[in-house]
Order: sequence, then structure tokens, then C-alpha cells
Amino acid sequence: MIEITLAHYLFLSASIFTLGVFGIFVNRKNVIVILMSIELILLSVNINMVAFSVYLQNITGQIFTLFILTVAAAEAAIGLAILVVFFRNRGSIQVEDINSMKG
Amino acid sequence: MLYLILFLPLLGSFISAFFYKKIGDRTCQIITSAFVVTGAILSSIILLETIKTGKVYEYPILNWITSGSLKLHWSIYVDSLTAVMLVVVNSVSALVHIYSIGYMSHDPHKPRFMSYLSLFTFMMLSLITADNFLQLFFGWEGVGLASYLLIGFWFKKESANNASMKAFIVNRVGDLGLLIAMFLIFKTFGTLTFSEVFSQAADQSKNSIKIFGGEYNLITTICVFLFIGAMGKSAQILLHTWLPDAMEGPTPVSALIHAATMVTAGVFLVARCSPLFEYSQYALNLVAFVGATTAIFAASIAIVQTDIKRIIAYSTCSQLGYMFFAAGMGAYNVAIFHLFTHAFFKALLFLGAGSVIHAFHDEQNIEKMGGVWKKIPLTYALMLIGTLALTGFPLLAGFYSKDAIIESAYFSKSLFAGYAFVIGLTTAFITSIYSWRLIFKTFHGKYNNTMSFEKVHESGPVMLIPLLLLAVGAIFSGYVFHGIFIGENTQFWGKAIFFLKQTAHEHPPLWLLILIPTLVISAIPLSFILFLKRKDIVEGFVNNHKPFYNFLVKKWYFDELYNLIFVKSFRGIGTFLWQRGDVKTIDAYGPDGVAKVIKNLSDRASSVQSGYLYHYATVILIGVILIVSFLIII
Amino acid sequence: MIAHALIFYLLSSVAILSSLMVISSKNTVHSVFFLILAFVNVSCLFIMIGAEFVGMILLIVYVGAVAVLFLFVVMMLEGNFVKVKQGFLQYMPFGFFIALVIFFELIIIIGSWQFRPEFIKTAKIAYDVKETNTVQIGKLLYTDYFLPFQLSGIVLLVAMIGAILLTFRRRDNLKRQDILKQSSREREDSIELVDVESNKGVKVND
Repeated sequence: MIEITLAHYLFLSASIFTLGVFGIFVNRKNVIVILMSIELILLSVNINMVAFSVYLQNITGQIFTLFILTVAAAEAAIGLAILVVFFRNRGSIQVEDINSMKG
Repeated sequence: MLYLILFLPLLGSFISAFFYKKIGDRTCQIITSAFVVTGAILSSIILLETIKTGKVYEYPILNWITSGSLKLHWSIYVDSLTAVMLVVVNSVSALVHIYSIGYMSHDPHKPRFMSYLSLFTFMMLSLITADNFLQLFFGWEGVGLASYLLIGFWFKKESANNASMKAFIVNRVGDLGLLIAMFLIFKTFGTLTFSEVFSQAADQSKNSIKIFGGEYNLITTICVFLFIGAMGKSAQILLHTWLPDAMEGPTPVSALIHAATMVTAGVFLVARCSPLFEYSQYALNLVAFVGATTAIFAASIAIVQTDIKRIIAYSTCSQLGYMFFAAGMGAYNVAIFHLFTHAFFKALLFLGAGSVIHAFHDEQNIEKMGGVWKKIPLTYALMLIGTLALTGFPLLAGFYSKDAIIESAYFSKSLFAGYAFVIGLTTAFITSIYSWRLIFKTFHGKYNNTMSFEKVHESGPVMLIPLLLLAVGAIFSGYVFHGIFIGENTQFWGKAIFFLKQTAHEHPPLWLLILIPTLVISAIPLSFILFLKRKDIVEGFVNNHKPFYNFLVKKWYFDELYNLIFVKSFRGIGTFLWQRGDVKTIDAYGPDGVAKVIKNLSDRASSVQSGYLYHYATVILIGVILIVSFLIII
Repeated sequence: MIAHALIFYLLSSVAILSSLMVISSKNTVHSVFFLILAFVNVSCLFIMIGAEFVGMILLIVYVGAVAVLFLFVVMMLEGNFVKVKQGFLQYMPFGFFIALVIFFELIIIIGSWQFRPEFIKTAKIAYDVKETNTVQIGKLLYTDYFLPFQLSGIVLLVAMIGAILLTFRRRDNLKRQDILKQSSREREDSIELVDVESNKGVKVND
């Protein structure tokens, strides 16, 4: 218990991942929260990466963290831009209102 | 020369049909007419040649069908029979071409009309120059097509469309007979070429054939089916209903197709197949019976009709009956002779009627004419000549041919000879009456039309000149040709017509020679009294015998009967197949059903695409869970 | 050792709680702040176990850039939000169930570790490294991972261009400078010579 092992970090990562997943489809308010949930999921992946990297003494994990970070930043920027445009066109970013892809 | 005769009309038809925009209406008319006139002149030369030398022309054109043992050539075969027909077809056609330049002068579709006329001429020529049954059948169908097109020429008129359809469909019934006969011939003789078939006829005459369990004489069966074909084309009783309706077409068409040429194709067929018919007394009896019955039947209807063209149409029908019973007596040459003379005076009558109709501005009802003989003297004179010729007035064309027919019936020893003889005499009398009724009602008596009398006018020279030429034919063709065609010991027919038994050469008794002209001439004053002076006699008769009169006016109720039996039931079957068979079964389970099922399925599939983000996310996550669970369990 | 444990539990529990708050708070602005809190905690954890560079980068990128971006957007759009529609809670049990299943599956994976069984329990963090974390990363990143590094730069560039393009709006009432138009302007386009009659004046069309 006192000794903090890799398992603890993995547990932390799993918890945050689950919360992120839960956030995606429990949330009905707006799309921004869904984006934030995705950020949480990516964060949990980063935790995994860094923890393994540190405990295995292999620095590659941290480098991939950097890449994931890049992609996450890009995704956030694009996602938010799309949201702004969407809001401009439809006047709403409520999840319930976004169904123009309905078949 | 023969190539020119055959293909000039086709060329004219093509030019007129496809290049009329470039060359204009007038040029079209001139070209087609000129081609056919050339054909007419050439064919007269050929006829003279044939009369002089008895030469038989045979030119192959191309190898048509080679399939197994079926080998057919497309060729021109001209013997004396064909030569006569050539002259008839080409000369009448040429005159009709010229006549229609005048008659159709107010029609917007002149090139189309001329094209159809030329096409018809080509088809008719290929029918009569055939040397085998299939080429004959090609021409046979071709004239049917041209007739359909020409009857329905004024396609905006509902009645014209119906009439053309009726003509086409009724003809199909006859064509089926001809087709069956052809099948039988090919099956048993192994060939369709005339000369080969006819040379085998004697050997095959004792053979029989099984049809539906019954056993029939082969030649008789073939001949009966051939005759059914001839009945359809020549409008004999039972299959005659299309001919009067065909009068919906323009009058030149009636003259050319429905009087002079196409309808005589049946007679031509019987004469052409004389080597077959000669071996089947049964078929000849049938021909004679049907012909005689048609003769009197059509004449009886003609006497009460009021439409000028219909009267002449029924008269045609009746005269065709004459030809057939002459053929049925074995006197094919007489039948062809009557065909020849009839072509002239009937075309004359029709074109004259056209001229009358023209004069009255499209009035066809004879009750609404009258008293105009001074106004249109030329037409009157020409119609008079036509009528005299038709009724068989001495020394005119009809006199020779009709007398010959009645004499042939008198001498014949066949089963229906007596029947045919009596009917021949009676019909000659009735023919005379209704023809004079036509003349008197049209040209004499009171003027009965609502149009002002002054407007009645004579036709132009372009219409009258063909009439004059036809009148010459109607007057002299009998006198000039009777020696050649039906004279004693004539060698003209050569092998074209085959006589198994030598025809009788006795001289008819004097009473018969006097009786016929007497009957014919006595009908003139009689109809003058009945239809002009004492109309009350006829009216009284009509009122006293209303059912009989209606029976005649309604054409023996043939149309009604056919409507009841065939048209309604077939329409019913057709509707049933359409509604139940097609729409409700094949379509419902076939294309429509499949389409419906697919649409249903895809509607359901597309409802899965709700467009909501969290639905997609849920599905993705469920997938993730399933994959992870799968990996864990493994 | 004990300090390590204590700090770990503290930071991680705060991170989990703030993550929970991200998805559950009613106010979106609060969600953003809790997101920042979670990130800060996780970056502290990173620094604690020796991944200083990644930790700092996480702080800078996420807290400094992304979270601020989120804040901007939320502030921009927040005022227009309408009330949450009724009945959104009907999916709650189902979503909760799915999340629970995922969570337990992850735990099962951690618990039933097959690869080097002793490793997950016994692996230690190496504290006595000769080079600092940043040097190590730099040595690897600029050698073996040079091309992916460049590629990630291109990804960022494309994302930037995309974001600008997406939100770009042409406004008609703004006067803009069009260099091509300016330099291709001819004398004839702008000057017209008119003979003026005396006492008549010129009518100017404009």
C-alpha cells in the first residue's frame, strides 16, 4: 500500500479513462464537454505512457506522450473551430440539436 | 426492265419519305408519279410481249434464305398471269398517283401520302412477281401494312384509326390461314418455290394428313387454308368486315387498294395456286360457295347503304365474290379476266366518287346530293360509263367478264354450280339496281344539300384525265382482251394457270345470252322509278318490312356479332391478364415487390442513422467492450 | 517512500475527483476549471516520478493553450445556451453500466498481468540517472524520432490552417487591401478626360 507501484498509476489511468468515456455519452448539455471528455481520455493514455516509460526506464514512452499531446492540441483546435462554425450556422451547440447527419 | 418496274416505286417511296424536306412537295409528287407511270408503260410492253410470244421471265435478285433444306431466292417471276396483274397494278397505281396530286392538294402531308402509295405499289409488285410462297407472303404482309398506313392516313380521325386497326387485325386472321398453308406445304413438299410445289401436286394428291386426330386430304387442307388467307385479303364473307370501314381512308386509296389491286390479291393467289386447287374438288366447292354467298350478301347490303363510298365498297366485295365463284368453277382465267376489267371500272367509279365528294366539299351521303348532273357533266359521264361497265351493259368491260362468269357457272358440273348460277343472275340484277340508285340519287332529282348549289364545281384536269383514261379502259378492256383471256383455244395462259379438266367450249344457249343483258337493262328503268319517281313505293316497303330493312342496313349484324363474340371476350381476357396477371402477380411479386422490400429494409437501416453523437459513441463503446471481453476471455 | 505514497494518493484522488466534476458540473466554465485542475495534478504526478519535461509540457500546452482555448469558446458561446432538455437522464443507467463494465475490464487486465508477472509489483523508479529527463528526451527525439517529430509539426500547422479557414468569414463592409488589384491598375481605369464647355459644368457619375 505504501509502496507505489506501476499498478497504482494504471489504476489512476483506468479511472480517468472510465470517467472520460462516461462523460461522452452521459453528457447532454453541449459538445464542448464531450471535447473535454476526449481530452480526459487522452490524458489517461498519457499517464499510462509516462508511467510505463518511467518504470521500464525507457524514454520512448515519453516521446510518444509528446506526439499524443500534439495530436490532442490539434484535435482541440479543430474541434473548437468546427463548433464555432456550427454555432454560427445553427445557433446551438446542444448535443440534442446536432443530428443533421440523420439518415 | 423488270428490275425497273419493281424497284422504281420503292425508290420513289424512299425519296418521298426521306428527302421531301429538300425537294419539296411538288417534286415528290412528280417523282413518285413519274416512276410509277414509267412502270406502267414498261409493264404494258411486257404484257404485249407475253401475249405475242408467251415468254416467261425469271430473274433472280438475291439469295434470300438458306436454312437447312429451306432455300429461297428473291426473284422476279413473270408469266402471263403476273403480266396481267402487272398491268392492272401499275396502270391503276399510276393513274391514282396522278389523281391524288389533285385530290390531296389541300392536305399538308402530301409527301407522306405519295410515299405510302409508292410503297404499296412496290409491295403489290413484289407479291405478284414472287416465285415462291414466302416472297408472296412478304408482299402480302407489305400491302397489308401499306393499307393500314393509308387507311389511317388521317390519323387525327378516331374512326380512321379504328378502321385501320380493324383492317389490320381482320387481315391477320386470314394471314394465319396463309401461314398455316405455307407451313403445311413446306412440311410435306419440302419446298416453297411455286414450280417445285406445283410439279409435286399430282403425286401428293392422294396423300392425307392427320390434324387433331382427324385424317384429311393433304391438298384439300392446304387449299382450304390458302383460301382462308385469300378470304381475309379479298374481304369474303365472314372476313369482309374491314373493307367497308377501310373507306375511312382517302378516296384514291380506296380506288387503288380496296378496289383494284390489294383486295384482288386473294383471287390472284387462288389463280396462282390453281395446280393445287385443281386436285381438290372440295376446296373448289368451298371457294365457289363462299364467293357466291359473298356476291349476293354484299349486293344486298349495298342496296340500302347511303354512303357513296360504302356502296362502292360493298359492290367491290360483291364483285370479288364473283371472281371467287368463277375460280371455284375452275374458270380461273375468267376470274382473272373479271379482275382485270373490274380494276378499271371500279377504280373509275371510286375516283369518280372522289370527284363527286370533292365537288360537294367532302359530302359522302348520297341522300344529300342530287340534281347536279348538269353542273359536273364530265364526272357524271364518267360515273355513267363506270356504272354501265360494272353492271355489265352490252359491249362494255363488265359485260364480257360477268357473262363469262355466269356462263362458266351454267356449264360447270360442280356441286354448287346451280346455286352459283342463280346467285350470279340475281346479283347481276341487284348490282344493276344499286348502281343506278347511286347514279340517280347522286346526280338526278332534287338538290338536297345545305351547301349552296353554285359552289358545286367540276374537278380539275389533273383529276379528270386519269378518270378519262380509266373510262377508256372500262369501255374497251373487255372487248379487246376477251379473245385473249377467255377466248376458245387461247394459248395465252400457257402454264400459268393449270386446268385438270378441259373447260367446256359449248356455246351457251340463246336465252341465257339474252337474259343477262335484259335483266341488267331492265334494272335501269326499274331503279329510275323506284328511287326517283315513286319514292313512296320504296318507303312503303321499308316501313312494312322494318326488321328486314334494318337487317340489311346493319350489314347482316356481322359487326355486332363479332363485337359480341370476339372483341368483347378478347378484351376481357386482355384486361384480366393485364390487371391480374401482370399488375397483380408479376409486377407485385417481381420488380415492384423487390423494390418495396428493399425500400423497407433500407428505411429501417437508415433509421439506425439517428444523427446523434452519443448514439454513435455508445455503439463504438459497446464494440470496444465486446472486443476487450473477447480478448480477456481468451 | 511514505512521502511519495502520500503525495501520490493526494494528487491522484484530486485528479479523479476533478475529472468527475468535469463531466458532472452544471456550468461549463466550471468544467473547464476542473479540467485544468486535473491536468495540473497529473503534471505534478509526472514531475514527481521523474518525467519533468512531459509534465511541464503538459502544463504549458494544456493549461496554457488548450484549456484557455476552451475557456474562450465557452465564454463566447455560453450566453446562448438554453436550458437542458427534459429526459436526458434516461440514458444515465445505461451509460453508467457501460462505463462500469469498461472500468472493471481495465482492472481485470491490470490484475491478471501476464507479461513478466513480477514486474508490475517490483519495478522501481530509477532516481539516480546520470542525465536529466530533458536531455534524454532530446537525445532520442532529435535522432531516432526526428521524422515523426517533423510530422507532428506539420500536423499542428495543418490544424492551425484548418482552424483559421473554418472560422474565417468574409465581411463585405470591410475595406481590404488587394495588392494585385492595386498594382494592376491602369491610367485609363481611373482617369477620364472631358472637354468642359464654359458655363455648363460636368456631371460626375460616381
